[in-house]
Amino acid sequence: MELFLQQVLNGLTLGGVYALVALGLTLVYGILHVPNFAHGAFYMAGAYSAFFLINRLGLNYWWGMLGAAVTVALISVLSERLVFHPLRKAPYLHHMIASIGILLFLEAGAQALWGADFHRMETPYTQLLTFGSLTLPAQRLLIIGAAFLLVVLLQLFLTKTITGATIVAMAQNREGAALVGIDANRVAMLTFAIAGALAGMAAVLYAPINLVYTSMGHLVITKAFVIIVLGGMGSVPGAIAGGLIIGFAEAFGAFYISTDYKDIIAFALLVLILSVRPQGLFARGAH
Amino acid sequence: MKMFNPTAGWTLLLALALAFPFMAGNDYHLTVMSTAYIYAIATVGLNLITGYTGQFNLAHSGFMAVGAYTVGILTVDHGFPFWAALPLAGLVAAVLGVFVGLVSLRLKTHFFSIFTLCVGYIMFLLIEKWESLTHGTVGIVGIPAPEPFAGLDFSEPRALYYLVLGFLVASLWVMHRIVRSLLGRTFMAIRNSDDLAQALGIDLMRNKLLAFVLSVFFAGLAGGLYAGSVRFLGPGIAGVEHTFDMTMYMLVGGIGTLLGPLLGAIGVPWLTQYLQFLQEYRFVVFGPLLVLLVIFLPHGIVGTWLNRRRRQAAKAAPAPAPAPAPAPVQEVRHA
Repeated sequence: MELFLQQVLNGLTLGGVYALVALGLTLVYGILHVPNFAHGAFYMAGAYSAFFLINRLGLNYWWGMLGAAVTVALISVLSERLVFHPLRKAPYLHHMIASIGILLFLEAGAQALWGADFHRMETPYTQLLTFGSLTLPAQRLLIIGAAFLLVVLLQLFLTKTITGATIVAMAQNREGAALVGIDANRVAMLTFAIAGALAGMAAVLYAPINLVYTSMGHLVITKAFVIIVLGGMGSVPGAIAGGLIIGFAEAFGAFYISTDYKDIIAFALLVLILSVRPQGLFARGAH
Repeated sequence: MKMFNPTAGWTLLLALALAFPFMAGNDYHLTVMSTAYIYAIATVGLNLITGYTGQFNLAHSGFMAVGAYTVGILTVDHGFPFWAALPLAGLVAAVLGVFVGLVSLRLKTHFFSIFTLCVGYIMFLLIEKWESLTHGTVGIVGIPAPEPFAGLDFSEPRALYYLVLGFLVASLWVMHRIVRSLLGRTFMAIRNSDDLAQALGIDLMRNKLLAFVLSVFFAGLAGGLYAGSVRFLGPGIAGVEHTFDMTMYMLVGGIGTLLGPLLGAIGVPWLTQYLQFLQEYRFVVFGPLLVLLVIFLPHGIVGTWLNRRRRQAAKAAPAPAPAPAPAPVQEVRHA
């Protein structure tokens, strides 16, 4: 039973991180209608900027996270302005290739600045909490708590504020949004900033129990793609549900099936589901 | 621009390629060129599905790895001769391509790309983890050189160079035949608008699948040649970065043209050779270059040149349509 609860905890941890990354990706998809392959590099950039602030400048963990969120939001907005905005009328293939260009640039840039080594990010929350027979590492609880807080805040922002509503409106119908006087450029920049900040914070939450390295974003972003395809591209609740599904599938798969193949589970799930339902699990209508 | 006729151009290129070993300073240059040719074969394959048919396949390097590992496993673990294993490399990749294609091609535009990205990851992870078959992270070492054939010893770089060149020329010729045939036109119709193509009575699934299988056959073959010439393999060859590399070759040269991917696949590695000091950081330069190309020169070098020539031809002779050159990617709006 304890082992089972331990896996539930692992699933929630992974699911929380995946949901944060997938949320940013799905919001940007709502605006661009194109998958942003550079999103995984944003995640990586977040981890590196926090690593720099914490280990080199000696700031504390939370300032590191804030710094990462701001830095990645800036990188994200810059790439919207410099790359995606000029391409807004181009075929979808061009967006994808341009986002690959950003990805390659950021990864090579991080490697040039910090080298190819793996780094460990310090966290002040190293203690183990015990509840009865259950031992919980504090960092994992922090990830779960912070991820769910961010998800709730984002949901409130999107549904309860005018600015949030403009993002939803743009995602639903671009021309319609422009007709009622929504400034498309402002909304696009705002969306990229939010997506970048979410990716940055997810990276800083997850990095202490993982490691910091240049290709750390690869698997996370690919899984985030799986999540938003499963949850329906552009759908916020879909991204959260999808994140949890993949998180749990991986935690239980690693425990009951095989640790070696745990990374394949998400992709196998996608292949399986799309073979039966080409339109995704929760999506209405065909792709 | 009359003096530039395509046949003369291709003959000149072939003559240059044949003379290259006599001009190259050392064996190292020959090896760089052979590897560039191998990637050119794979890139020409990727160009068929992406450039001509409009489906961006991100598992291409995975299929190349399947071909490479087919040769590696058969020659090292099962004592097959290289020449028996090489056709199987293309075949195994193609058979796998039928299954992957049947599922993935039901998806359109970027959903297809995301799906194949995942398929590529599954291939990479399987190669890395399935130790009893693929030797895992250690990789396959000691792959024998292709057995001597007609007095040519392929453990020698010059003979190997000509062998790879032979395969490249054959691949380009086959691709030329495909692209100029009705089949090639069908692929381009699908690229330009699959709704329109369907309205013309084109069986989308059948043609996309055919393009996909042909394309991964080239990847498998290139992988097999890679195994025989580099002679050791690691799971890294399946990494999606290699697909990104090939995409860059395709784009620099001109996507959806025959010459473009070839020029890109040969030119870019040489450029990296001269930028040796950048080594691992070359993408600090190539990343932004890729972005700039997509924004300012989306048809690549060859595509831009072809478009200019077509405009000039149209101005010179307003009446009949100019000769149907393979069109680079036109406006394909995402539906």
